[in-house]
Amino acid sequence: MNRHLISAADLSKQDTLLVLDTAEELAQVADRPIKKLPTLRGRTVVNLFFEDSTRTRISFEAAAKRLSADVINFAVKGSSVAKGESLKDTALTLEAMGADAVVVRHSASGAPHRLAGWVRGSVINAGDGAHEHPTQALLDAFTIRRRFGRGSGEALDGLRVTIVGDVLHSRVARSNVWLLHQLGADVALVAPPTLLPIAIDDWPCSVSYDLDAALPKSDVVMMLRIQQERMNAAYFPSVREYSRRYGLDNARLRQLPDGAIVMHPGPMNRGVEIAAEVADSARSTIVEQVANGVSVRMAVLYLLLGGLEAQ
Amino acid sequence: MTGTSWVIRGARPLDAEPADITITDETITAIGDGVGQKGAQELDAAGLIALPGLVDLHTHLREPGREDAETIETGTLAAALGGFTAVHAMANTDPVADTAGVTEQIWRLGRAAGHCDVQPVGAVTVGLAGSRLAEFGAMAESAARVRVFSDDGRCVSDAVLMRRALEYVKAFGGVIAQHAQEPRLTEGAQMNEGAASGRLGLAGWPAVAEEAIIARDCLLAAHVGSALHICHVSTAGSVEIIRWAKSKGWRVTAEVTPHHLLLTDDLVASYDPVYKVNPPLRTAADVATLREGLADGTIDCVATDHAPHPVEAKETEWAVAAFGMTGLETALRVVQQAMVDTGLLGWAQVADRMSARPAAIGRLSGQGQPLAPGSPANLVLYDPAASSAVDPATHASRSRNSPFAGLTLPGQVVGTFLRGRATVLDGKPT
Repeated sequence: MNRHLISAADLSKQDTLLVLDTAEELAQVADRPIKKLPTLRGRTVVNLFFEDSTRTRISFEAAAKRLSADVINFAVKGSSVAKGESLKDTALTLEAMGADAVVVRHSASGAPHRLAGWVRGSVINAGDGAHEHPTQALLDAFTIRRRFGRGSGEALDGLRVTIVGDVLHSRVARSNVWLLHQLGADVALVAPPTLLPIAIDDWPCSVSYDLDAALPKSDVVMMLRIQQERMNAAYFPSVREYSRRYGLDNARLRQLPDGAIVMHPGPMNRGVEIAAEVADSARSTIVEQVANGVSVRMAVLYLLLGGLEAQ
Repeated sequence: MTGTSWVIRGARPLDAEPADITITDETITAIGDGVGQKGAQELDAAGLIALPGLVDLHTHLREPGREDAETIETGTLAAALGGFTAVHAMANTDPVADTAGVTEQIWRLGRAAGHCDVQPVGAVTVGLAGSRLAEFGAMAESAARVRVFSDDGRCVSDAVLMRRALEYVKAFGGVIAQHAQEPRLTEGAQMNEGAASGRLGLAGWPAVAEEAIIARDCLLAAHVGSALHICHVSTAGSVEIIRWAKSKGWRVTAEVTPHHLLLTDDLVASYDPVYKVNPPLRTAADVATLREGLADGTIDCVATDHAPHPVEAKETEWAVAAFGMTGLETALRVVQQAMVDTGLLGWAQVADRMSARPAAIGRLSGQGQPLAPGSPANLVLYDPAASSAVDPATHASRSRNSPFAGLTLPGQVVGTFLRGRATVLDGKPT
């Protein structure tokens, strides 16, 4: 594996499977009475969050603590554009504190790339702008693999995954397209044309505008969060219209094949992109995704921070 | 240093047969074989090409206001080292060059520095705010004799204001240089909108935002019978629109930057803001069409858009970084790489695109003259056989934001003469 995890494209298929298989082993820790391994004792993990994301930060924090790492949470208030300390100075500060890994969430695409040039430790991208969120894609792949009864060493060949919603602004969609494609899944994107990037043709997936046509062909439906402010920039006329055309409600849920699952990276807008009954249905993996997130992030920290060297 | 005469031995004017060029005082007095002059300084220029002194229509000298990025002294020294004998200083200084006073100050500081002529560009609107016209007449009649007006950095997006500006400058033979960027289509834009922006998750700057303004302004210039110049053309579609406008006989001219002739948007994958520029780097197809457009004369000239920035303005995440690249010291070398070594332009045409045409568009009388007896002795001696890696640390510009850093480029400017006075010799400032 590379020293950093910045993009899903940094991972070879072999690396990805190694992360998923390691996560599978580490998941068993969660079932023990004492949920802690000594692996990263004495190592320091900094959670550097320029954007509020309590769920992702807590997930990384839990992962690091279960591996006995020291965790420092560093929340930078306000947006990066508001002039304060520069990203570089923040990086140098973390460097001086001896951070072995920096988990970074930032509103600017590419901020983790820049950070990686300024610190010696490993940089783990916890979401950068509209670019990528690789640990989300890893935990989604992990969740799909488990739900479809595939075990260690197995990929996602033949599974049809439909990702629905604001692809244009979604780092989750980008990371998932690369990662799931690499694992052999057939990825389809469904969105209104305004919420798809121009020149999407070279992405390794199919693209359409019609959710109803896509559902019967989907083993997995992944709903993306829609930001209601988008309608002010004319990406769609109204939240209700968006919900009618691209929301997953009970009627649409019935169009899915038997055994198909419904995913959402959270936080959800219940009643907008996903109906409450769907979110709470047996097909929904949303709560599992949260639990799996900790296991997958444990695997990433373990593999990047010399878990292998230690052996 | 006036009163010094030179005999430049064995240079190839416009890449023609070697000849000796005699300079007496401020003027070229002879070009031929074995000519000489008593008391003249001799310069061996065997193997070098002689070109008329280069003229840049688009330079940001940053003074007054941002002397941490560049000063008129350092910027014009960089220009001389790049082979330029005149630069047009863009108006987006602080205070903005929107009055006779500021433009005259810039002009005088340029004269005092003495490395090349500094021709101030006046702002189109007061404070570049896009709401009311600056006092064009006062700037035109000042010592700076302003003829080119531009809100560069911002587009004159209001169609009525653009129409009036085009009309008004007819009174004194001026030209409006437009930064073509439809503002609503480029809100928050970070890079060319295309395959790369989609992958990288950066807000796109679509080609249509440039092309729509160019099309509108060509039609406006035709309607009012005035002269329009398009700054830093960056897309294939823009070349097509300008070609069409010229075919109608309309008075439209255009420039392209060295970086848009060589670099493409896939460089942004590094997220290194040294590649952040406005208009943004485009695709390889755009680069190919821009080169063709410059070769066939659709695009009149090369202009650097030299835009120096201090280190901290680029040592940031991409979205926060300043737009702009330095270019004065590498322009001719990039043009050699992109246009000459590819067989698209000969050196005589390079002289046209980098000296004669920009001087004509800028209404500069003493610049861009042919290498001939009687012309002002503005010339550059250039070694096209040289080759070296670009190292911004060695640049005279106060800023280091060269996108060509580390790239091996052909050529070297060996000497530059401004009205008979050497500003650069042996590749160094005199």
